Amino acid sequence: MRVNFTVNGRPQQADDVWEGESLLYVLRERLGLPGSKNACEQGECGSCTVRLDGVPVCACLVAAGQAEGREVVTVEGLAAGGQGELAPVQQAFIDAGAVQCGFCTPGLLVVADDLLAHTPQPSDADIREALSGNLCRCTGYEKILDAVRLAAARAGAGQEG
Amino acid sequence: MDFLRPTGWEEALALKAEHPTAVPIAGGTDVMVEINFDHRRPQQLLDLTRIGELRTWETGEESVRLGAAVPYARIIGQLRTELPGLALAARTVGSPQIRNRGTVGGNLGAASPAGDAHPALLAAGAVVEAGSVRGTRMIPVDSFYTGVKRNALAPDELIRAVHIQRADGPQQFSKVGTRNAMVIAVCAFGLALHPRTRTVRTGIGSAAPTPVRAVAAEEFLAAALEEGRCWDTGRPVPPSAARQFAELASGACSPIDDVRGSAAYRRRAVGVMARRTLDWAWHEYRTDGDGVQQCA
Ligand SMILES: Cc1cc2nc3c(=O)[nH]c(=O)nc-3n(C[C@H](O)[C@H](O)[C@H](O)COP(=O)(O)OP(=O)(O)OC[C@H]3O[C@@H](n4cnc5c(N)ncnc54)[C@H](O)[C@@H]3O)c2cc1C
Ligand code: FES
Ligand code: FES
Repeated sequence: MRVNFTVNGRPQQADDVWEGESLLYVLRERLGLPGSKNACEQGECGSCTVRLDGVPVCACLVAAGQAEGREVVTVEGLAAGGQGELAPVQQAFIDAGAVQCGFCTPGLLVVADDLLAHTPQPSDADIREALSGNLCRCTGYEKILDAVRLAAARAGAGQEG
Repeated sequence: MDFLRPTGWEEALALKAEHPTAVPIAGGTDVMVEINFDHRRPQQLLDLTRIGELRTWETGEESVRLGAAVPYARIIGQLRTELPGLALAARTVGSPQIRNRGTVGGNLGAASPAGDAHPALLAAGAVVEAGSVRGTRMIPVDSFYTGVKRNALAPDELIRAVHIQRADGPQQFSKVGTRNAMVIAVCAFGLALHPRTRTVRTGIGSAAPTPVRAVAAEEFLAAALEEGRCWDTGRPVPPSAARQFAELASGACSPIDDVRGSAAYRRRAVGVMARRTLDWAWHEYRTDGDGVQQCA
């Protein structure tokens, strides 16, 4: 089947999609957007997290056909400018040392970005809650929490200044 | 495989009648796992996410008619006053991503004994509205679960909504698992006080082949509260009555040993949760609803 939807603001068309295929597979294998990672295919790890009509979901659990006509934002769409410019959460992850092997990073970036969009000054409890669907096997999470705090602090400082 | 994409309820029913083996898919958080792992290869997927009405709810005097495909996140955010028990249960489902997609209709469709909505629905009192081209059936949730991962739906039926009694008193939910997020219940317990009818209702998850109520425990406690004039006076539940209630709740279980826990552990944990949720709920009743809702 054919699936038409918007990815990172651009209309996309995927052809020869198998009806049982996941949105994750379509993004990675048919549209050449390998940012969203495939680690478990059962909703447990969050590394495939994308925004579907503005809401963070596991792309591995969305049937491709369910994305028809919808808007998807992947980690590739976080940096608004493109051209090497990083989104604030991305820069904060680098600066805080929150990336080791990097496999979990795209999913964490999408949920962290979503958290800060809704809750610009999150409490630690807010951060832990927002990140609770994402597993990291490397960092022990502390630096990831630091990164989200850093991004929030920078955004706050930016607004005051 | 075919991907069927009805945009209205009548169309969905017609498709289900035409393809009785079609597998409905709402949030996909159960169905897609099965497909990804090749445990299920249906001939047709019947996508319900384009039927707008399934994602809405109506609040009536007595009950909330909750569309089958309202995600847990909406219940937590917008229905915690009317459906506090279900909102507490929803809070413990999976992770934010899962709660953004997963639905009560899907929980009922899967009918896993470990589904977290079930204890809350049993305790609150709920009726499942099932539809087919043949008409509408209202199935009390108590008789909806017919076996391990089996429910009362006929092959041509779909769940349209769940009618859940609005809370007329405090409700609680408790779940045992190995950690806070992303946990399938070892066992779970829901409790609702119904001051209007002076009754108590319960729901037990993951401690029997299906979700069940602890009817003997409910009846015992209602009688004990009546006898002690507790509803009128707001007196504490007599400790001996709370103990007996917990024991009867434990006795309502017929659990198995599995990787998540032993039968003996489950029986014991259900008793503990029964006593705790009663404590919390009664405290809230006595403090006139000012009590802080908690869940553990
Ligand atoms: C990582 C992860 C964690 C999870 N954690 C929990 C948890 O903590 N607690 C819990 O209870 N569950 C949990 N689940 C299971 C799942 O999220 C729930 O059962 C959820 O309620 C399913 O809803 P859904 O809309 O995604 O269902 P779907 O996957 O779309 O459907 C589930 C079943 O119901 C049927 N169905 C769906 N809608 C209808 C309808 N309207 N009429 C008839 N049949 C229908 C489908 O055909 C299918 O058989 C988890 C799942 C994952 C992947
Ligand atoms: S790959 Fe989707 S949650 Fe792990
Ligand atoms: S950095 Fe390796 S999994 Fe998180």
